[in-house]
Amino acid sequence: MILSNTEEVPGRAIREFYGVVTGSTVRSKHFGKDLLAGLKNLVGGELKGYTELLSEARQEAVERMVEQAKALGANAVVNVRFATSSVAQGAAELFAYGTAVRVD
Amino acid sequence: MVEALVQLGVPLFLLVLGYVAGSIAEQNHYKSIRVRELRFRRMPTTNLRRPPVHWRIESVALVAGSTVVSVDYFKRFLAQLRGLVGGRVRAYESLLDRARREAMLRMKEEAAQRGFDAVINVRLESTNIAAPLRNDKGTAGVEVLAFGTALKLARA
Repeated sequence: MILSNTEEVPGRAIREFYGVVTGSTVRSKHFGKDLLAGLKNLVGGELKGYTELLSEARQEAVERMVEQAKALGANAVVNVRFATSSVAQGAAELFAYGTAVRVD
Repeated sequence: MVEALVQLGVPLFLLVLGYVAGSIAEQNHYKSIRVRELRFRRMPTTNLRRPPVHWRIESVALVAGSTVVSVDYFKRFLAQLRGLVGGRVRAYESLLDRARREAMLRMKEEAAQRGFDAVINVRLESTNIAAPLRNDKGTAGVEVLAFGTALKLARA
């Protein structure tokens, strides 16, 4: 599966559109990690626990999107976009969407 | 008396701790950013949507890099003071600058690791992550995400 955030796969022509595919996941923070992040908030800098959490979640959202695209018979997803929103205190939704296509 | 001392002493200690640890961390981070940016100087990276026409493209993939950062206690205090009179909050500017550059570097590192030569259509996004502890006011963290389409070029 080819993924790209450009409107077409560079160097290849799009033969067919299968429509928009999406993938999302809502994650909440682990208690221990949250505590550590709270401490880290005093000294500043990177909150590694959160970085990991969010990038894992994003990975999963992408995987779900790819599953959908596969089910439609696509071999690429173009114009992929990400959105992150904090749904509630301590929980965030990671969302990925794009257009499933068939390319040469 | 003791109570007053504790009430004054704890925030003061946190301010000093935030200032010292925060500045050291920031200096080290900037040092590492500069070194790594030099290493990736030759990797073409652009936010244009299309590659130059003469490039012969072998393969394509989505790459991303992200980081969540927070400000230290001292900077948060400074920013609150700044909020009284308004104006430029330098303490937060450097934080976001570091976060963006770090996210970009991680994206390029992923591209390089997977054998790609260039990244096009680079996008930067930032999201506020909700405050985690006991309704702690102020920013708990900002996530910066950099992503783009990595290209492997055919060698002529």
